[in-house]
Amino acid sequence: MAFAEAVKKAGGDTLDLCYQCGTCTASCPSGRRTSFRTRQIIRKAQLGLKDEVLKSEELWMCTTCYSCVERCPREVEIVDIILLMRNMSVQAGNMAEAHKKIGANLLKIGATVPFGEDMKKLRSNMGLPANPPTTVGNQKAQDDLVKIMKKTGFDKLMGGN
Amino acid sequence: MEAKYGFFLGCVAPLRYPGIEKATRTVFKELGVELVDLEGAACCPAPGVVRSFDEATWLALGARNLAIAEKQGVQIMTICNGCYGSLFDVAHMLHEHPEKLKAVNEILKEVGLHYSGNTQVRHFAEVLYNEIGIEKIKSKVKNPLPAMNVAAHYGCHFLRPSKLKHLDDPERPHILDELIEWTGAKSLNYKDKQMCCGSGGGVRSRNSALASEFTAEKLKNMKAAGAQYIIDVCPFCHLQFDRTQHDTVKGYDIPVIHLAQLYGLAFGMPKNELGLEAHAVKVNL
Repeated sequence: MAFAEAVKKAGGDTLDLCYQCGTCTASCPSGRRTSFRTRQIIRKAQLGLKDEVLKSEELWMCTTCYSCVERCPREVEIVDIILLMRNMSVQAGNMAEAHKKIGANLLKIGATVPFGEDMKKLRSNMGLPANPPTTVGNQKAQDDLVKIMKKTGFDKLMGGN
Repeated sequence: MEAKYGFFLGCVAPLRYPGIEKATRTVFKELGVELVDLEGAACCPAPGVVRSFDEATWLALGARNLAIAEKQGVQIMTICNGCYGSLFDVAHMLHEHPEKLKAVNEILKEVGLHYSGNTQVRHFAEVLYNEIGIEKIKSKVKNPLPAMNVAAHYGCHFLRPSKLKHLDDPERPHILDELIEWTGAKSLNYKDKQMCCGSGGGVRSRNSALASEFTAEKLKNMKAAGAQYIIDVCPFCHLQFDRTQHDTVKGYDIPVIHLAQLYGLAFGMPKNELGLEAHAVKVNL
């Protein structure tokens, strides 16, 4: 049960409140069209089935819409629990290439999406500064951001991009 | 009324749909509310991806944004559900867990910042509804839009989790419908109105086919109700509806307009300042 204890300790302390009613699965727009079963993943976590949870693609099918959380009669923090189990999955090396790219972009310009000349031109034409007043185009701010991500080990987690 | 906010831009609005940024600046100026830039702010960071990868990084990067606002002495106003969700949750978690706040400040010290826990995080639609209100807004509508039948898309992180946000009923909300109708447009009811667009939680990037299935179901329900436009309050939902109709779920061509752009239009902003050329689905107004 070390896995269940680890989930609870990491912030999923409501895990044991679940009595398996299945309201979460019935409310889930992702489960309507996939093999993702919210109730089941919570049960597996309670039972400490670490590999079954952390290696499953279903763990990544939640859009974090909170429909389950709104309706859970036991107030289980389902989305929080899923997110922290994803953290554990990433620690174990399960990271999609598309997600690594987003991490790389964050390390590069402090934003999740790339920024090119066409967009700069459009911004200028609309009377906005070509670069927004964010980390984009502000080297000092971006350096600070990278410093924080190095401190937390995020750069290494993203595969040293 | 708080008449000054720190304008949190996020990523998708300034870098994909700058018309949303421009319209927000113009609309709030017209309403007499000062928006100040949060100098050097970064990604919120994105709740579905960064929080899924590593909570400590998510907290530290979020706290950096909150600290910048605190230093400037302003509340944060976001124009995106994702930014709102992330910054709101980071602020809440740091408030509830002093040990996490302490750990985050150890990291922020490296870049000369400190977060004391005082930054309030607001969503622009909620600011419009709760702080500015119907009378002021209606008085600024120069170009009423009675011919528009629209499908409001609330998205997820604007109202949920309602236990923390307390803005509206999460199952049967009315705020956005009212905000839309103050411009003269008609906000329709449609099946599964509160359903997610499909893009959140890292699903758009990791499993775009699944995200598109969500979007297809929403589009079908919006069309069945007679929607001519989709009105959103989140640039990421906006991108999901706009790009998905262009790339994968074809045949709908329902233009996607952010509430700030709708207000810009109703307040008489020139159409060429709404940034509509950045939209994949052509917007004829």
